[in-house]
Amino acid sequence: MAAVRSPRGRRHDVIVIGAGHNGLVAACYLSRAGLDVLVLERNEYIGGAAVSRRLYGDFTYSNCSYVCSLLRPEIMRGLELPRHGLQIIPYEGGCTLMRDGGHLALYDNHDALRREICRHSKRDAEAYERFSTDVIRQCKFIKPLLMREPPDPTSFRPRDLMELLYLGQRLNATGEDRMYDTLRFWTMSAADFLDEYFESEIVKAHFAGSSIIGTALGPRSPGTAYVLLHHYMGDIDDTVGAWGFARGGMGAVTQALSASLQASGGCIRAAAPVERILVKHGRARGVALASGEEITASTVVSNMDVKRTFLDTVEPEHLPAEFLTAVRRFKIRGSSGKLNIALDGLPRFPAIPEGAPCIRGDLHLTDTVEMMERAYDDWKQGRWSAAPYVDMLIPSQIDPTMAPEGEHYMSVFVQYCPYALADGPWTEAKRTAFGATVIDAIARQSPDFKSLILHAEIRTPWDIENEVGLTEGNIFQGELTMDQLLFNRPVPGYAQYSTPLAGLYLSGSTTHPGGGVMGAPGANAARRILRDLGRAA
Amino acid sequence: MSDAGSSAATRRLDCIVIGGGHNGLVCATYLARAGRSVLVLEAAGRVGGAAVTREFAPGYRVSAGAHLLHLMPRALMDELGLAGQGFTYAGRDLPTTAIAAGLAPLPIGAPGQAALQAVSPRDAAAYPAFSARLRRFAVALYPLLDSIPPRLGSDAWTDRIALLKLGWRIRTLGRREMRELLRIIGMNAYDLIADELETPRLQGALGFDAVLGTNFGPRAPGTVLTLLTRLAAESAAGSSPLAQPRGGLGALSEALAKAAVAAGATVRTGTRVARIRVQADRAVGVVLDSGESIDAGTVISNADAKSTFFKLLGTRHLDTGFVRKVDHLRSRGLAAKLHLALDRLPSFPGLPIAALGGRLLIAPSLDYIERAWDHSKYGECSSAPTLEITLPTVNDPSLAPAGRHVLSAIVQYVPYQPAAGWAAERARYTDVVLATLEAHAPGLRSTVTATEFLTPADLEREFGMSGGHWHHGDLAFDQFYMVRPVPGAAQYRTPVTGLYLCGASCHPGGGVMGLAGRNAARAVLRKAA
Repeated sequence: MAAVRSPRGRRHDVIVIGAGHNGLVAACYLSRAGLDVLVLERNEYIGGAAVSRRLYGDFTYSNCSYVCSLLRPEIMRGLELPRHGLQIIPYEGGCTLMRDGGHLALYDNHDALRREICRHSKRDAEAYERFSTDVIRQCKFIKPLLMREPPDPTSFRPRDLMELLYLGQRLNATGEDRMYDTLRFWTMSAADFLDEYFESEIVKAHFAGSSIIGTALGPRSPGTAYVLLHHYMGDIDDTVGAWGFARGGMGAVTQALSASLQASGGCIRAAAPVERILVKHGRARGVALASGEEITASTVVSNMDVKRTFLDTVEPEHLPAEFLTAVRRFKIRGSSGKLNIALDGLPRFPAIPEGAPCIRGDLHLTDTVEMMERAYDDWKQGRWSAAPYVDMLIPSQIDPTMAPEGEHYMSVFVQYCPYALADGPWTEAKRTAFGATVIDAIARQSPDFKSLILHAEIRTPWDIENEVGLTEGNIFQGELTMDQLLFNRPVPGYAQYSTPLAGLYLSGSTTHPGGGVMGAPGANAARRILRDLGRAA
Repeated sequence: MSDAGSSAATRRLDCIVIGGGHNGLVCATYLARAGRSVLVLEAAGRVGGAAVTREFAPGYRVSAGAHLLHLMPRALMDELGLAGQGFTYAGRDLPTTAIAAGLAPLPIGAPGQAALQAVSPRDAAAYPAFSARLRRFAVALYPLLDSIPPRLGSDAWTDRIALLKLGWRIRTLGRREMRELLRIIGMNAYDLIADELETPRLQGALGFDAVLGTNFGPRAPGTVLTLLTRLAAESAAGSSPLAQPRGGLGALSEALAKAAVAAGATVRTGTRVARIRVQADRAVGVVLDSGESIDAGTVISNADAKSTFFKLLGTRHLDTGFVRKVDHLRSRGLAAKLHLALDRLPSFPGLPIAALGGRLLIAPSLDYIERAWDHSKYGECSSAPTLEITLPTVNDPSLAPAGRHVLSAIVQYVPYQPAAGWAAERARYTDVVLATLEAHAPGLRSTVTATEFLTPADLEREFGMSGGHWHHGDLAFDQFYMVRPVPGAAQYRTPVTGLYLCGASCHPGGGVMGLAGRNAARAVLRKAA
């Protein structure tokens, strides 16, 4: 993870604060356009929340984000990421283990998937055809919007009006009935949406899972049907809905971006925490590092979330009061935890038939929507879920680089875990208790699981905030709710990557279209900057 | 008022309105005034649907469904000439007071400024501006309620103009306000209120208004929309809209029926429609329970969408996609009604007598409401329910024997069908609600001489509303405006030619507003024009 050091004191065209995937994507595009780009990273290692870390023996942990599906194919191609070492290995499916010993496995193979759903409900197997057609239609409608700047509906500028017209026409082209479907889909709860298709609890629970990942909402909260889609939009090899591992862990994504950046002449400095963004006459002029060093640049791009950028890194006197209020009100809620576990062998899950390939996919323990909603109720009360929703994967089964032979790495994403506990701050004892809750839940489905654990890294939202720098440890740099999407993300009037300060831009998933290792915010920000600089993207 | 203004029935009727609820009566009046021959058929022995006054214990009468009038636009009431039909108020400009056990009662709104100042100077400063801003938005949104929702993707100029008008209206708020409206409209009430105010009782009172009659807690996105809808209707109902009709809500319904008759409509009560007759894919009349068949050019149903399409029409007249949509309409009510006969006026510590005639809210914080909702998600009744309490006899002693009183409360959240079943749950839960009341008004229980508890299932039985839902279907983004009750029936017209809807399952919903009825009449007349 060596970072190239730029000669000190040199003036740069662009400084990018934060070497997360979006910051690097923005840096790559800007560098390729001929700008002199310097990326500054606070940690010793680059990658933000897309990292591969060695914290125990020869195990590699994707210790924040853990799967790849949303990364835009145009970015993969445009920045030549495969040439720079990124290899995505698709996995075949996933499985929900049921409390009664049963299971539901879902595979990419259509016939296998139908057979599986049929075991639980014939009617649902039929309904699945309708469901997937409808969801994929929504994906296809939304996909092109990801790589565009959301228009400002209050503006009369030709650009905004044209963009609104474009959106209107796209919507209109889908036809009247589809428009109503779209309107409802964007505003419904995942539970209600799934109720319109399925009767079997296990089928609903399996699909509902992706609607709550990373959000401080439950499956019954309106607006979660859309989040369901957010996770449905996998794009590996242009197969809608496919998911995969980055070979070598999620750090491979940011390493490839870093290599791509360096190939076009950009520089990255790790262990260079930015303390302040320098502002003069309402314009960003560069940054001051914690070390006291000042680096100047005519353009500063913050890949930090909007709160961290404006509440911690810019002096408030440079910003309009109303803007600051809006930033303070932006909802970034910690709701997820993470366990990274080194295992002395592959755990057995009696609920999964011997040899079923679903064990190589995402495994879940929540077999009803009610169980998921109750897990959310715990979060609302300021405690971690007693029966959490987990999304666990054992990538070392497919990618041998992740663990020594015969041993395995397991990534366990946990929903819900609050940033602020009702009974006071996080302590070491509470972190251990949180980890034990998750491990016990897994052990109920795997008798030998506990005995195989060699090491477990337990990460609460508080840890994620402190290490990665995401406010409250929110994996999306801001809730994906209706009031924080499109032209409202992150702040109404500043949803187009620019900020009240000339020369200062945002590129993180705090901007449209939001989180997931997608890269779209970074690419959109770069396009905006190049336009402002009068350069063609 | 059976067979009031009996018709000669020599010519074929233009319109039949199924159901004499307030929307049906409003619709009938407008159609009759436009020269249509109109017959209203009401199954119950009296008009009014869920806006009725009836005896629940010997000598004690109560507004059995809705118990306050605050959403019906003043202009609509004037147009209908209700004052000329004997309609009077027992109380107007009624205050709202938030009560919480162990804390002094807090009057909400302008009269409560001084009290709020004592509790939180910050809120006393912030609340008037916040409330004025919401009101500005509400006023801007009101025309949305008072018009037929446009169809999307339609080539018709009426639809395009309606959409443009809507956009323009929001623009005229000014850029800053427009941005704020577009931000908050998709928000949840919890966050919006907590961002602006800090006093839990005040937060709770506002949050309560956002979720009353819905199937959501204040944390659910979309609850700002329901709050703004309520405020929009209230903005047209007057500056201080809470009112109590003399004689209860039933008296309003009686006046609406008289207005309909005065306009030339005929109202038949005690006449249950068995089904809607369809010929060649066209509604041509109705068949009564008695077997009598009545023809009409247009049939307008004041019943909810599910009852209309599934019970009165029959799915064989509809395509499967539409049937599926109606089936998916969420219409399980979560509000119950408690009626108590009291042998004296209860006393809430610290509450002035004058406030007893108003609306008392037990929703002491946003978290309290949210927790109350959480229970209902799992088929449980809220262990600490939210209550909207009125004591109608304070303003209108005629509702009870001399010196005695009536307490009417909306209890939320109470599932339609609790997991334990109503047979087992009814007595236990009535006791929970009484205990909640007792905690806020010590001594109240000992003054109760009769109790009636109406669960959503009871409300369904008594008023014929599917699921016992006050709005004939949840108010939520995906069941709002152009998609209410379902796409394909959101302009009051249905897929069956000649069949219209005019009840609360249509835009803009229920709550004794009357706008669904007037919009439906416009739709019928527009079609004919």
